[in-house]
Amino acid sequence: MSLLDHKFGEGGVIVAKLEDLTNWARLSSMWPMTFGLACCAIEFMAAGGPSYDLDRFGVLPRASPRQCDVMLVAGTVTFKMADRIKRLYEQMAEPRYVISMGSCSNCGGPYWEHGYHVVKGVDQIIPVDVYVPGCPPRPEALIGGFLKLRELIRKETLVEPKALEKLLEKDEINS
Amino acid sequence: MKSIADLLHGVFPQHEFEIKENDVPLSITLANKADLLPLMEFLKESKETYFDSLSCLTGIHNAEDSYEVIYNLYSIPYNEHVMIKVPVSRGADAEYPTVETVSSLWKTALWHEREAFDLVGIYFENHPDLRRILMPDDWEGHPLRKNYEEAPLYRGMRIKPSEA
Repeated sequence: MSLLDHKFGEGGVIVAKLEDLTNWARLSSMWPMTFGLACCAIEFMAAGGPSYDLDRFGVLPRASPRQCDVMLVAGTVTFKMADRIKRLYEQMAEPRYVISMGSCSNCGGPYWEHGYHVVKGVDQIIPVDVYVPGCPPRPEALIGGFLKLRELIRKETLVEPKALEKLLEKDEINS
Repeated sequence: MKSIADLLHGVFPQHEFEIKENDVPLSITLANKADLLPLMEFLKESKETYFDSLSCLTGIHNAEDSYEVIYNLYSIPYNEHVMIKVPVSRGADAEYPTVETVSSLWKTALWHEREAFDLVGIYFENHPDLRRILMPDDWEGHPLRKNYEEAPLYRGMRIKPSEA
């Protein structure tokens, strides 16, 4: 019998902070939207394929923005595409995250100076959480980006930062 | 296959064109763009040439009022290539240099001409649907023109990188 066939303890109760639980749930199933804009998308596909297997991190591409948590901007964002990307982002339900993959999406990349048709960084249109450098980044780098995003999500809190606000108020009064 | 030069001089004695037989592929430069369509039609339909495929169509802006359209033709039965060059000019105060469409001969030209229109700003007369094909419909200007200047913004997005 394998380990999983054994009964663990006697069932019972797990005590956890709600935050930890929601964060754990979110970071364990980050579903990116199935779309790609250029060669980075090929690396994205490779990362999803059997050799790199993004699925082991709970990363599973979904074909609808309504069902996605992560927008992976994989490739060159042209001005013609920018409106569509903005719209797709707006269609995603919160909480939503954005990974910018590759030089083009980070800052315009090779189109920095002479690319009249390329947005100089997708962060000009939508907020970006994680930047993955490379041209294109290897699947390992993309997985690194997802791991970075996991760290970000792990640190999220549902509590309003009241203590911090009070501290800032105090600072303002003192200064 | 009979030499294209001999053939053309025989069929179009009054047309002015320069044929460079040492070019690869052989290139024909037309002096007058009005001669384009009859020449193209002949090259396509003639049993001796039968250029049934338009491999590529290129628009070029050389400088100021010098524009050029280049057609690469391929004859599948004869396995021959030929390149036709047509200088087109804009005229006194017209916005676009114009040339007759070849989409009536090769359907391939429909999209190629749209591309040349979009990027270089060459107007193809009698094209059934001459819209932009690559740039957004509301884009200003034709980016591959020598005197093209980028607008600072497109729909509120910065086009040029910041001068940091």
